[in-house]
Amino acid sequence: MKQTFGTIAVKTTMLIIAALLLFAPFLFQDIRALEVAARICIFIVLVASYDLLIGYTGIVSFAHTMFFGFGAYGAAIALKQMGPGWDALALGTVAGVLVSLVVAAAIGLISLRVKAIFFAMITLATASVALVLASQLSQLTGGEDGITYRTPDIFKTATKLMVDDDGKVVRWFGVKLNGKLAAYYFVFATSLTLFLVLLRITVSPLGTVLKAIRENEMRAEAMGYRVVAYRTFVFCLAAVVASLAGSVYAVWLKYTGPDTALSFNIMIDILLMVVIGGMGTMWGAVVGAVLMVMAQYYLRDLMGAASEALHGIPLLPELLAPDRWLFWLGIIFILLVYFFPKGIVGTLMLKGART
Amino acid sequence: MDKLSDTLGRFGGVYLLPVALGAIAFVLIGAPSSWVTLTVAGLAMGMMLFLMASGLSLVFGLMDVLNFGHSAFVSFGAFVAASVLAGLSGWLDSSSALLASAALALALLAAIAFGLAVGLFFETVIIRPVYQDHLRQILITMGALIVSEQVILAVWGGTPITVHRPSFLEGAWIIGDVSIEIYRLFAFTLGACVFVGLMILLNRTRIGLLIRAGVENREMVEALGFKINRLFIGVFMLGSALAALGGAMWAGYETLITPALGGEMMIVVFIVVIIGGLGSIEGTLLGAIIVGLTANYVGYLTPKLALASNMILMMAILMWRPSGLKPAVK
Repeated sequence: MKQTFGTIAVKTTMLIIAALLLFAPFLFQDIRALEVAARICIFIVLVASYDLLIGYTGIVSFAHTMFFGFGAYGAAIALKQMGPGWDALALGTVAGVLVSLVVAAAIGLISLRVKAIFFAMITLATASVALVLASQLSQLTGGEDGITYRTPDIFKTATKLMVDDDGKVVRWFGVKLNGKLAAYYFVFATSLTLFLVLLRITVSPLGTVLKAIRENEMRAEAMGYRVVAYRTFVFCLAAVVASLAGSVYAVWLKYTGPDTALSFNIMIDILLMVVIGGMGTMWGAVVGAVLMVMAQYYLRDLMGAASEALHGIPLLPELLAPDRWLFWLGIIFILLVYFFPKGIVGTLMLKGART
Repeated sequence: MDKLSDTLGRFGGVYLLPVALGAIAFVLIGAPSSWVTLTVAGLAMGMMLFLMASGLSLVFGLMDVLNFGHSAFVSFGAFVAASVLAGLSGWLDSSSALLASAALALALLAAIAFGLAVGLFFETVIIRPVYQDHLRQILITMGALIVSEQVILAVWGGTPITVHRPSFLEGAWIIGDVSIEIYRLFAFTLGACVFVGLMILLNRTRIGLLIRAGVENREMVEALGFKINRLFIGVFMLGSALAALGGAMWAGYETLITPALGGEMMIVVFIVVIIGGLGSIEGTLLGAIIVGLTANYVGYLTPKLALASNMILMMAILMWRPSGLKPAVK
């Protein structure tokens, strides 16, 4: 296949993003930037797994954060109850994955036979029940306050990975080789692995069947593919990946609560990322996640300044207040769905393809 | 077994469900006076849910459009009504019942008018370009919901707002040892009136005939020369206005409203239309009443289960009838 300008641009961007994420601790030496980089890694996986549903198979689910939350809470509860150790982490992760798998299979088998819209409503209802349950079962989940816990020792900021002769932490390019660095590379490596697995799936025969189902369900069925089975399988798969991402995020944050792991706002974030980046391409997930997470951390500061500047004009300062950033993202979201339904990457990839 | 289901079918089939629910609850609760109170509360809640859900169901039936932003109308209705009532608090506090009811009527009318206007805007600007495309519909209406919620937060702020309600709707009637809140009776009556009105509109008028024909077969109605797009706008506006009215009534019922109201109600409204079956008014009423009754009974019997009860109910009914109790869309 001849490389068009668009695909080259997309691939170059991917390489740049990958390089930036790989060297993030050395390039941006402050805590907040590392926080942003880790969040980007996790959300790339989360959004890519969601894209497998919405972009590749055409299933709209609102329960993706629920699975993310299962993973996060699984790891969090195990680490809290059993103490910081790899065994606890593994047990919690596996438990989260199992719960996600069972719930996803149940939802899938009950409701994936019906129309897409019905499925969307049912997942929305299930996810809201999960959110309520998390805040109700407070002895286990910590309720609204969430849980703080300790992670395996190697991820502690105080841990020294390498010591020099004086017993001090070795610095490479001015970066301390401590547990924080280990934690970041743990997040980076797992995210990269999961993302590559997802990427491999989309180019496998399975990915082709999924696209066929998205394009024409009846035809896929007529060709002998069991549509319900495939849909349920991919729903479970996405749930498992989301759950793993949740566990990794729980390790990074050392805190799990409804706001970081279960709230509906995360679902909205994922939706926005998928649509902004482009549905139906894994690269879209990367672009969407990078842009949105950056916006979340840095746009608010900008909006705060703008709001201050417009002081005195009615309503505008309120709409520009940092808390209202979702308002603008919502509008951008609607406009994107109208005019660029393929998102940034999808549109770019098409560019040059026609000429 | 067949004989039994035949007999049940003759006496109303699935319409017997609320009655059966009431009977079971009567046995479990044991105290007739609390049972009556709970039943009235459940029916009132059901009627308000019906107001909110009917528009969603109708719009889906007629246009095959599922508006995930429907709950925005509910919140807008609630907040507009609360603002009007707050603005007219002088009328409400006056001893004259006439002025107080005028204030209430104005508040409800304002909610309805606002619902009509926002509905018109939604239909023409947001949903019109994405007919026939479910995926983009879900995304766009979701985006519209996000924007609407942010607008509500920007205009009314994030703090809870107290809703004044007219004094003649406060308090309760006490008959024997049964106490019935007057507001609940009012909500029930209003909901029943709207239901009867909708039934008459749908079954006895020419427009209703066209709507029902449009639900059945849209292309045929178009081929016969009717402008179905205008019908769509009309139905959509009606649905939004009903949702706003439902939101206004709910605001009076709760008396303390937060911007999260829309999101909370959306889930319940979805459960109602899923249970009832999309597209039919009777189904929606049935679903709303079942949900209302269950919520109140379970809330009394086992408060811990109250939150999950709707979900369990929905799952059970979907296992039994995958497309709801009384679906109009095939």
